[in-house]
Amino acid sequence: MTAHNGEAVDEQALIARAQQGDAQALAAIVENHQRTVYNVALRMCGNPHDAEETLQETFLSAIKALPKFEGRSQLSTWLYRIASNACLMQRRRQAAGADMTSLDDGEEERDEFDPPKYFVDWSVRPDDVLLDGELRSVMEDAIAQLPEALRIVFIWRDLEGLSTAETAEVLGISEGAVKVRLHRARLQLRELLSHYYAESRAGSRTGGPADAKA
Amino acid sequence: MPKPDCRQLLAELSSYLEGEASPELCREIERHLAGCPNCQAVVDTLGKTISLYHTLPEEDVPDEARRRLWRVLHLDLPPR
Ligand SMILES: [Zn+2]
Repeated sequence: MTAHNGEAVDEQALIARAQQGDAQALAAIVENHQRTVYNVALRMCGNPHDAEETLQETFLSAIKALPKFEGRSQLSTWLYRIASNACLMQRRRQAAGADMTSLDDGEEERDEFDPPKYFVDWSVRPDDVLLDGELRSVMEDAIAQLPEALRIVFIWRDLEGLSTAETAEVLGISEGAVKVRLHRARLQLRELLSHYYAESRAGSRTGGPADAKA
Repeated sequence: MPKPDCRQLLAELSSYLEGEASPELCREIERHLAGCPNCQAVVDTLGKTISLYHTLPEEDVPDEARRRLWRVLHLDLPPR
């Protein structure tokens, strides 16, 4: 994610113009990042309606805060941090105060995870995800089952491709916490996919993973 | 239920798969894997899980949502 020198200069110029309220510059910033913010919000919130609200709130807050942006981090990192907070606020509103998640390091950072239950290998082809709608929805469901604090790390690292350092900055947690949470998220997802493959191999597709966990 | 040394190994798997484990740790892990089909299956399927998710497609912002976003921000909607 290192910008070339020219790009960095362009971004600085763009930010400077946007900070003066230049509508074209603001539009360019929104246009460049709306898709990422929407997709992250969609997977954090689990539905298009809340994702849209989160998208709007992210850019409303960002435009309001932009004059205070000092360029100490990349614009994208700064924006994604606002987006992450907007996602968590949205989730909190949804939960109506119940089950508040905190992302800071004050939370227990155990190196622990549930022991694996599935030890069967399964085979995938590279284009399985694109061709198999059922697999895709199983994968999306599995993300939705992750605890929030793991889910958001997984989304930024493995789905959006941010580095460990960027993810840590976006979420305001340590790099160690990013690594531990990412690993726990991946192990949980592996468990859920293994369950799915074990079932489909046994030919009993009727009881999906969603039924099995109930 | 995995043995205690399986547990230890499982905790290191992400760094192992990302090539961040030290050569020493890699050797240790590979020695364990050679004698432990369970952990080997976990390594293989964890790698597959990660690569499956890397290909999970993303959605465009729906047209309606996009229009509403730009209206809320008081900006002119650029052509798509
Ligand atoms: Zn083992």
